[in-house]
Amino acid sequence: MPLDRSFIGRSYPPAPVYEVGREKIREFADAVGATSALHRDPEEARLAGYRDVVAPPTFAVILSASANSVVVDDPDLGIDYSRVVHGEQRFVHHRPITAGDRLVAAIHVDEIITKLGNDFLTVRAEITTEAGEPVTTVTAMLVARGKEES
Amino acid sequence: MTRLRVADVAEGDELPPLTVRVTRADLVRYAGASGDFNPIHWNERIAREVGLPGVIAHGMLTMALANRLVSDWVGDPAAVIECAARFVRPIPVPDDDIGARLEIGGKVAEVSADGTAKVTMTVRVDGKQVLGRPTARVALG
Repeated sequence: MPLDRSFIGRSYPPAPVYEVGREKIREFADAVGATSALHRDPEEARLAGYRDVVAPPTFAVILSASANSVVVDDPDLGIDYSRVVHGEQRFVHHRPITAGDRLVAAIHVDEIITKLGNDFLTVRAEITTEAGEPVTTVTAMLVARGKEES
Repeated sequence: MTRLRVADVAEGDELPPLTVRVTRADLVRYAGASGDFNPIHWNERIAREVGLPGVIAHGMLTMALANRLVSDWVGDPAAVIECAARFVRPIPVPDDDIGARLEIGGKVAEVSADGTAKVTMTVRVDGKQVLGRPTARVALG
């Protein structure tokens, strides 16, 4: 059954605060093979003009993917998660994420399209500081594959 | 650690290419670092049950590797102010010590008057593109 398009425009309240840690940035940088000293050395980062070590460009997926689960797991929307694949991803950084940031992610359902039995769901996470300063906008398009017709 | 300057960058410039091997161990490490524990990225049985050829790499790991090319080139990872990609082809990662071989390239598509440049990347496995239109916008020094 196609997803309910009345969910378009729906917002979900921010997830609990995520505090960005130096060691988490280092761990993520190691996992994606990013060797820059700016991920690891606070002194280098300060010399380059940052408050602390900076996160790799896709680090914010840690926040957005976990925040997106409020939509994916919403029983009223009724997505079958075992049929969901990741279609597209976009990050727009309003300023760099650095260690010590205390961030929240508010989720918005931007689009639901049903095409050839598959549902295409576009979810946007607005990541801000606790005080509301814009940090990163993360947009993900998820595809819920329809059941094959027999 | 300095950022590339506008004067150093021209449309059509090629970024130094990168070849990366991704093994099962890399997938487990990325799962832990990112919090994406979807079993299709580490459990052969479940991957096959949902119709995949076997364990596949996280699309977000592939996207991160494409952006590593851009970060290394520009000299400052925080210079990447936008990045995007579509996930068009899964990357099977065999259960051996060799893994999958990703060939990553990039080119400057545009240098704008506001001091930013748009880079288009390519990520190929066995000669086939695995990301659709991977792009990044960087703020030059």
